[in-house]
Amino acid sequence: MNENVTDHSCLARLETPEELSRRGFLEKLSIGLAGFCAAVVGVPLIGFVIAPLFRKVPEQWVTLGKVGDFQVGKTVSVTVVNPSSLPWAGVTAKSGVWLRRDSETSFTAFSANCTHLGCPVRWIEGAELFMCPCHGGVYYKDGKVAAGPPPLPLIRYGVRVEKGEVKISSVVVPITTTL
Amino acid sequence: MKWLFKAVWLWLDDRVGISVLLKPMKHIAPHDAKWWYVFGTATMIAFIVQVATGVALAFSFIPSSSQAYETLVFITNDAPFGNFLRGLHYYGASAMVLMIGAHMAQTFLFGSYKFPREMTWATGVLLLSFTLGMGFTGQLLRWDQTAAWSVVVAAEQAGRVPLIGNALAHFILGGETIGGATLSRFFAIHVFVLPGIMFAFIGLHLWLVLRHGISEPPVAGKVVDPETYRKEYEELLEKSGRPFWPDLAWRDVIFGTALILAVALLAFFIGPPALDKPPDPSVLDADPRPDWYLLWYFALLALMPAKIEGYLMILVPLFIGMLLLITPVLNHKGERASSRRPWAIAVVLLSVIMIGSLWIAGQRSPWSPNFQALPLTEKVIGASSGPPFAGGQLFHDKACLNCHLIQGFGGRRGPDLTYIGDKLTRDNIVIRIVNGGGNMPAFGSSLKPQELDALVAFLESRKRPIRPQDQVPPAQK
Repeated sequence: MNENVTDHSCLARLETPEELSRRGFLEKLSIGLAGFCAAVVGVPLIGFVIAPLFRKVPEQWVTLGKVGDFQVGKTVSVTVVNPSSLPWAGVTAKSGVWLRRDSETSFTAFSANCTHLGCPVRWIEGAELFMCPCHGGVYYKDGKVAAGPPPLPLIRYGVRVEKGEVKISSVVVPITTTL
Repeated sequence: MKWLFKAVWLWLDDRVGISVLLKPMKHIAPHDAKWWYVFGTATMIAFIVQVATGVALAFSFIPSSSQAYETLVFITNDAPFGNFLRGLHYYGASAMVLMIGAHMAQTFLFGSYKFPREMTWATGVLLLSFTLGMGFTGQLLRWDQTAAWSVVVAAEQAGRVPLIGNALAHFILGGETIGGATLSRFFAIHVFVLPGIMFAFIGLHLWLVLRHGISEPPVAGKVVDPETYRKEYEELLEKSGRPFWPDLAWRDVIFGTALILAVALLAFFIGPPALDKPPDPSVLDADPRPDWYLLWYFALLALMPAKIEGYLMILVPLFIGMLLLITPVLNHKGERASSRRPWAIAVVLLSVIMIGSLWIAGQRSPWSPNFQALPLTEKVIGASSGPPFAGGQLFHDKACLNCHLIQGFGGRRGPDLTYIGDKLTRDNIVIRIVNGGGNMPAFGSSLKPQELDALVAFLESRKRPIRPQDQVPPAQK
């Protein structure tokens, strides 16, 4: 390796006040322009990345099935396909909800997400309990917490019967917040 | 010919500056920085394995919510070396976590975080957090049922961050639920964002190692005094220092080779973690568990007091991270030898014991109901008819067995009821079942009177068998 490569890291001669002043201006200009360029690229970039936060999904009622498909008193898991999912969502466009036919005309739909940390709760028919496999959360048939760490009852979705079909309001993952 | 190669090398070296670039490899280091010092390089070697295998996997992996699972099935079952590569990537990640832990423990025990290497330690702590972030996001890219539900768990956890929790959760999910936008975000974070940040921080970490030098092994009684340390260190290197390459680096090379061999053998003989079911969120019989390096935190989430868990979930990791970051600020001079810092040994031991215990707890997950519990046999019930037999069957059908053990069968969430008949009276059993209590649901509204009677009869019959030597002759009664 040639060790005689010139060191260009600093200027050997003294600079005039004009040179210093010009340099100060050029420094500010360059830093300012770099900041401007960063903003031109950065603002849309950040906007693109955080866009899902602002993507408002209109409330849509999703059909779960005909009223006659469900037995009175039975709680069953029903698959819902998210109507506003992206075309490449594949199986992830699906969600599961727990639906109970309480009477001839009324239904209750529970979110399948445990309010502790979102794991899928299972309905245990014999015990009439929802149980969570992750941290042992247990809920009664009305969704109230029976045991374990869940801070809230199971979230209920709106249900309505329209033209003989059972429909629920759009399915989202309910987020339990602290403050 | 030789002269031609030499001429080409000299030309290239002059124009590119290869020798100058490699010069730091020959920096002078303490001669006695031996086997304890190999963990840092080993971490970097594991990182390089991750980058190389990750790039290779990306040739076939499609980060789309609808196709990723199929590409993983292809990589695992059909692609030449695909299964092996997945194994290398998985065990490489495990090796990286283990090595960074060992490197950190060694640095802490040797007091190497003290003046003037405070920022070397701080950048290392940040690298630890990025490594765990890589581990978690990597598990999610294994886009199966566990991965999909783990995203929900991550979003729920982020939701507990005060004020911005909801926004953070939706940022993680890529919307209000899992869908097309979810996986590609984690792919971008795992493959571009975090590795980019890690390259920058590894560069900074290495620069700081060169700037402040590799710390000399501590000697009891030789304290760090910021006023004099640098001068003493220079004198030490002057007197007995050795060039890192090759005098000291050969140990790193040998240890690194052993590490890669271990990773390769595990990948070949055990293979990568099996893929779970497809990531279909409508299939609700899922049981998501994190990979082993985050299992201890999974256990912590189950064992925290429920009332303050919302706060602890965020504050505990934040507190640990902050404590690690400011360790050198709290204690930047004085003794380095662990023999004079027994609390340092205690901290490392306690951390290992705590993480180890939580890991074992996470592995066993006694708080989780046992959904696979089979009906009790007549032999276990101890009857083939009558109320105790009916009660034994109900014990399974009413999911009591999901949480309680009977002769080793069932769940571990609640107490073992094998000999409950010895401990509780009939009335107490009835009260417990009907009203619940503690961590047990009340079954009063879901049991018919005859079902309750049968269950109580079964539980009353659960008594420890009387051994012949314990039997009291009728005359003494």
